[in-house]
Amino acid sequence: MVEEINSLPPALELRGIDKRFGAVHANRDLSFAVAAGTVHGVIGENGAGKSTLMNIIYGFHRADAGEIRVHGKPVEIHSPQDAIAAGIGMVHQHFMLVENFTVLENIVLGVEGGPRLAGGLASARAGLEQLARDYGLDVPLDTVVSELPVGLQQRVEILKALHRGADLLILDEPTAVLTPQEADQLFKMLGRLRAQGKTVILVTHKLREIMAVTDRVTVMRQGAVVAEVATRATSSRDLAEKMVGRAVLLQVEKGPAQPGATLLTVRDLEVTDRLGVPRVKGVSFTLRAGEIVGLAGVAGNGQSELLEALAGIRAPSRGEIVLGGRDLVREGLDPRARRHLGLAHVPEDRLRMGVVTGFSAQDNAILGYHDLPAYQRGGLLNRAAILGGCERKMAAYDVRPPNPHLRIAAFSGGNQQKLVLAREIDSDPRVLLVGQPTRGVDIGAIEFIHQKLVALRDAGKALLLVSVELDEILGLADRILVMNAGEIVGELARAEATEEKIGLMMAGVKGEGRA
Amino acid sequence: METYTLIVLLLAATIRVATPLLLAALAGMFSERSGVIALGLEGMMLGAAFTSASVAAVSGSAWLGLGAGVATGMALALLLAFACVTHRGNQVVAGMALNIMVAGLGPALALAWFDLGGQTPQLEGPGQRFLALTWPWAAAADKVPFPGRLYSQLLSGHNLIVYLAAVLVPLSAWLLYRTRFGLRLRAVGENPSAVDTAGISVTRLRYQAVLISGVLCGVAGTYLSTAASAGFVRDMTAGKGYLALAALIFGKWKPYPTLGACLLFAFTDALATRLQGVDLPLVGVIPVQFILALPYVLTVLLLAGFVGTAVPPAAIGVPYAKEK
Repeated sequence: MVEEINSLPPALELRGIDKRFGAVHANRDLSFAVAAGTVHGVIGENGAGKSTLMNIIYGFHRADAGEIRVHGKPVEIHSPQDAIAAGIGMVHQHFMLVENFTVLENIVLGVEGGPRLAGGLASARAGLEQLARDYGLDVPLDTVVSELPVGLQQRVEILKALHRGADLLILDEPTAVLTPQEADQLFKMLGRLRAQGKTVILVTHKLREIMAVTDRVTVMRQGAVVAEVATRATSSRDLAEKMVGRAVLLQVEKGPAQPGATLLTVRDLEVTDRLGVPRVKGVSFTLRAGEIVGLAGVAGNGQSELLEALAGIRAPSRGEIVLGGRDLVREGLDPRARRHLGLAHVPEDRLRMGVVTGFSAQDNAILGYHDLPAYQRGGLLNRAAILGGCERKMAAYDVRPPNPHLRIAAFSGGNQQKLVLAREIDSDPRVLLVGQPTRGVDIGAIEFIHQKLVALRDAGKALLLVSVELDEILGLADRILVMNAGEIVGELARAEATEEKIGLMMAGVKGEGRA
Repeated sequence: METYTLIVLLLAATIRVATPLLLAALAGMFSERSGVIALGLEGMMLGAAFTSASVAAVSGSAWLGLGAGVATGMALALLLAFACVTHRGNQVVAGMALNIMVAGLGPALALAWFDLGGQTPQLEGPGQRFLALTWPWAAAADKVPFPGRLYSQLLSGHNLIVYLAAVLVPLSAWLLYRTRFGLRLRAVGENPSAVDTAGISVTRLRYQAVLISGVLCGVAGTYLSTAASAGFVRDMTAGKGYLALAALIFGKWKPYPTLGACLLFAFTDALATRLQGVDLPLVGVIPVQFILALPYVLTVLLLAGFVGTAVPPAAIGVPYAKEK
């Protein structure tokens, strides 16, 4: 079997791919080959040039130099159309689907088979039913895409590529939006594709996925290939080191929690959205000093609304939030008043709520705290203090480049997040609410952020960690709450929590704890 | 006149008023469904009204006028597409700029060419205008009030462009929902990235859509100056481009509901004209200003309260750029 694969020309071969965007050297002389009939991983941190490379392969960008060979033959790929013709299909991280079209309409878009739709739709339907049988990719063809769960939408994307005759499938960060169970299903599906002779390139920054499904893996760092190894011959730790370029801690080192007094009490909290639909249904829990409470759940099960209600961004329709003996709900305190009471908040959506993208780093470093006396002088902003404060925060949190004047948008996700975290922790809060602290953040920065959160815990603060990354919850939390459909369906001590137990609760199976 | 005849005449007037509105609204539908805001309808119509009247006056042929009107609509559409699609300019600004430019350019050229105070010459000669077509036996049918007069006044007796507009509604619906072009057009207005990754050129599709809107606006403008009236006068579109946009939104960007919206707006307009100076029972004579405002008041009310959730094409107004 192995010899047979090796005797074939590679399904895809890249030779000396080079690409610059202005001053940014996104891809540096990249060369590697993907053997036919394998699942090949491409791993690297955010900004390592993976997406640029995939966009070059799919004809979205033109490489400045280099050659692409498909099954041994050089091909010129100038547009997605050329890529499709060469048998390359791509499943983008953000699905390329028309939300209000049916599954069938989405799949035939671009390959309608004639100026009139009726005939093309009918023949596509027959072909798709065959494909669905061959690969076990069942999707309701006449359902409107926006009504499908994310996992099925992804399936539509895969079918779309297969329907175009793709025999090399590129998946860009495919599990970012999936539950662990859905991700496992996806991996099984990739296995079936491989068994049928398809070649798959899996682009990701998650080590677990690389280890779980790939045959070989190419590691990228700063636009260049730094390693290419058989997956069997490597380990997560080894890959992580190659990605980051130095040894990293995958597991946060932390001692047992020493929970102290209760700092925040939430009782029977209910939040309804604008349409009057309850998103958080009578949730109660407490946060104690010196512990990290993880709130797990599939995205969209009320965690965001709960977090926003706690932070004061959303008004709950019922319930109490008690901090230091004061009921924040009854007093109707706004986020600023809550901050002054020692309730800090790192929002989930950093770019929308955590920073103002058009502002410089120094201005972002005081958002929400700009009215502190330290930053004021005679009713005006004290620019010197703001600049000094930002420099201090940048140094303490290793924000790179340490330039307070640079626009926040010019920083990487990890550095933006470090600055946001620095801003919120700098005020010495009693309770810190953290939403998706490492979303879009590279491994090196993840390690740093996790250490800071644990340090904060050890300093006797209470933390509520909302994350859709189960690894993060398991790595950091001392106590885990699982949310499903707006309710807390279970509570687990860290010691008794396993990925499987939490996964089941996330899917709505009530846990023991309390229900 | 008896009420029945009054109603028939009112409906016939509605059809005549609705025609340019409908053509412009359909023009807007193609443009907006592709993701380009159709704020330039007014300008494209006005420009076409000017050139078609000019060419018809000089050449003596309404058909050459129509050709010139359509060519003008397309040329202005190309300009708009060049600004909005190729150079990814702000679509609202580009559309408004077009409208303002044409509003000034038309009368200025008319003054330079014809020296008639910013108008074009009266179209009087044979064949210079699109005149009402009388269907067979219309005169005979008119003698039988029902259903004969419906035939003679409502179906018969309009000019060619009115019938063209009527045919365009099912044609547009067919194009939009039953053809490859329609599928792609709807897709590009919702998620241009999906279209691009499917290997279809977003730029080309949007150019096609904007050009179609130019053609339809060209026909609408020609209707105004060579069918509904006999020549071009300053600002003769009188906001119909914007009203068409309102009808399009009220019709939720769909052909048949948009037809309904155009008919409704046209009906209030026709009614307003009819009510001028009429002594109504209970209320007496309504001031003419109030009556003239009626269609616009209705527009505001409808758009504010009764449209429900009109969901525009998701990508409307957003110039397409590949990520990074």
